[in-house]
Amino acid sequence: MNRIINDIEKEYLRDDRPQFDIGDLVDVHVRIVEGEKERIQIFSGTVIARKGSGMRETFTVRRMVQGEGVERVFPVNAPSVADIKVRRRAKVRRSKLYFLRGRRGKSARLKERRGHSASGSAQA
Amino acid sequence: MLTSLLGKKIGMTQVTDGQGRVVPVTVLQAGPCEVLQVKTSQRDGYEAVQLGFDEKKAKNTTRPLEGHFAAAGVAPKRFVREVPGDGAEHEPSEAVTVEIFNDVHFVDVIGTSKGKGFAGVMKRWGFAGHKATHGASGKRVLGSIGMSAWPSRVLRGKKMPGQMGNRRVMVKGLEVIKVDRERNLLLVKGAVPGHNGSYVQIKRSVERRKARNKRH
Repeated sequence: MNRIINDIEKEYLRDDRPQFDIGDLVDVHVRIVEGEKERIQIFSGTVIARKGSGMRETFTVRRMVQGEGVERVFPVNAPSVADIKVRRRAKVRRSKLYFLRGRRGKSARLKERRGHSASGSAQA
Repeated sequence: MLTSLLGKKIGMTQVTDGQGRVVPVTVLQAGPCEVLQVKTSQRDGYEAVQLGFDEKKAKNTTRPLEGHFAAAGVAPKRFVREVPGDGAEHEPSEAVTVEIFNDVHFVDVIGTSKGKGFAGVMKRWGFAGHKATHGASGKRVLGSIGMSAWPSRVLRGKKMPGQMGNRRVMVKGLEVIKVDRERNLLLVKGAVPGHNGSYVQIKRSVERRKARNKRH
């Protein structure tokens, strides 16, 4: 059963996605259609969760906007997500960084993981 | 040309449509079916075609059914249904595949809904229930079931607890996202009744509905 669904999802998966992990600071290039025109909007923030698999995989990006926390959930393989750029990688010990929601300022910082290129080609 | 096909629900997932959107789809194994019997107006008084889907072993087939399959010259089938169709145009053992939906935009899917057992009114009919505290005696029960001296009976069709689900359900006007001829798969937008692996009947949606849906 699942094999058939996997095969179908495979056709729609995008192979141009960089490797990115929980805690990474990313720029998500979102395709926005306004009437006839299409433009790219960048949403940058910390990846605090990745869930699901295959075509149903999503990731949550959190950022602070004027002192207010904003979170957006993107499907990893959606065409509306034009590109994902990894700006900074972080050392984290859990897969869901929901504890960041209760924090702000200094306590919401993550330890940077160095020695990896930030271009997105680094290993997990 | 037949307008119906038998199949099986495989499961749900998401795919992208051509316009950059992610759409929820149900994957259906649609056929291949074989014609088991044709009914004609001369012999049976109406026109129809009997289809069979999903092979089973001969040892799991009863003798009377074995004879029925043998008469058509096909292997025994698990799921057999009669669908509307011109009896003169078809003959037994003829294969029917998902290709009949090639230029179809909308389909109706008939299946058996998931059984929920004997369900109360809150789950079955969406009643509000009662207070949990302040001396209430029942929390999930229904209230009054009718009037008094007149009519001195409960009105027919009163919503009460009972069996929920496990009945025939038809979902109309599901958009066809993709027809996969090689693997006999049909991707339709949205949910379809029943468990994964349950049998369904798929038919072309009436044109009127199709036109209305196209506008949106």
